[in-house]
Amino acid sequence: MAILHTVNKSPYEKTSLESCVQRSDAGAAILLIEDGVYAALAGGAKAELVKAALADRKVFVLEPDLKARGLADQALIEGVESVDFDGFVDLTTQYDQVNAWL
Amino acid sequence: MSEENDGKKFMFVNRRAPYGTIYAQESLEVVLIAAALEQDVSLLFIDDGVFQLTKGQNTEGVGMKNFSPAYAALGDYDVSKLYVEKESLEERGLTLDDLQHLTWEDEDDDWAEKDSIRLISRDEVKKLIEEQDVLLSF
Repeated sequence: MAILHTVNKSPYEKTSLESCVQRSDAGAAILLIEDGVYAALAGGAKAELVKAALADRKVFVLEPDLKARGLADQALIEGVESVDFDGFVDLTTQYDQVNAWL
Repeated sequence: MSEENDGKKFMFVNRRAPYGTIYAQESLEVVLIAAALEQDVSLLFIDDGVFQLTKGQNTEGVGMKNFSPAYAALGDYDVSKLYVEKESLEERGLTLDDLQHLTWEDEDDDWAEKDSIRLISRDEVKKLIEEQDVLLSF
């Protein structure tokens, strides 16, 4: 069973992403939303978390949340894919279950 | 300026990213109230608080109010000291260029336009906090 994990907290403030990366299986997907999008910044000290996940999982970031935070032009970690709200909905249908790390 | 000097030193400590929680917006509201009461107001941005000042914020896609233009208006309320911790910016892969260019006009210097954002080190933050009469944390 492949799970879509969502993370909506900044990795600099909460351990939600770290917990998610440590406990999600190969083949899962992680979608960064709301303050979770800060984890996708290429130059950030927490970039290793997303890089570790990318070894065997897909990582997506919600574009409207990036834009809201002024990060549309920032370099993202290589391999992170941007999706819009329609893409978010598609992901929920492509995976068997959605699990939110709050 | 005498009224301003009679006021207490208020510093607003901002540690949260915008939009994910209401803290950043609430802080701004209270900053404007304190400024209207002619206190000596400054803002400190540390940890995820530095994300509040990124330029180019566009909330059209998320259905929330973009309150970032309000930071540019602070100079008009005599709020001219926005301290940003250098280490917090660097840890997040950001530089000063990623932040809004915020200015104020110095009436004691022929209304010269000056930068409001002052980049300071973590050590300097310690001293700055010690100098305040009132600290408000968001």
